[in-house]
Amino acid sequence: MSEFFVAVGLGLCLLVFLVLYRVIFGPGVFNRIAAISAIGTKTLIILLVLGYVYGRVDMFIDISMVYALLNFIGCVAAAKYLETER
Amino acid sequence: MSYIMGILAIVFILGGLLFFTTATIGLLRFPDFFTRLHATGKGDTLAVFLCLIGFALHEGVSLTALKIVVIAVFMFLAQPTATHAISRAGIRRGLKPWVRGEERR
Repeated sequence: MSEFFVAVGLGLCLLVFLVLYRVIFGPGVFNRIAAISAIGTKTLIILLVLGYVYGRVDMFIDISMVYALLNFIGCVAAAKYLETER
Repeated sequence: MSYIMGILAIVFILGGLLFFTTATIGLLRFPDFFTRLHATGKGDTLAVFLCLIGFALHEGVSLTALKIVVIAVFMFLAQPTATHAISRAGIRRGLKPWVRGEERR
């Protein structure tokens, strides 16, 4: 089962590098924010997979929960800021 | 019983990985900001939900599985809210939706 989790983590890391293209070259700031939000959701799953690989899920699950909250709050704050700025 | 749960967990996690892949392809290939948001907003939500349900099935009945279900419910509420906030900010800043025949941007 551990090899399966390592394979899932490697696949998710590959997807993160693919999304990073949109962060670097994306035209405009809105594309970049959407791509960063997508990277945050993938990182949440990668953290859980790391917990299963190291055998310490009870610690990594709290980090993953905090990461989900911070991703959501950062996304909404950036959207609110860009909405009013001229 | 635990064997069947393991098989179900693997099926759910692989389904989540498939939806992550399709959302990423949509984010890279679609022509416009709003269409890209349409790909990631729905695809990532379903993918995170499937992956977390798979992890909870693999865990069994415990406090960790309860926390994973809490994260899944929170992501199911928070991800569409964040997508809506970004797209509304884009509309208010004056981005026009892409129509057929225009060039990619």
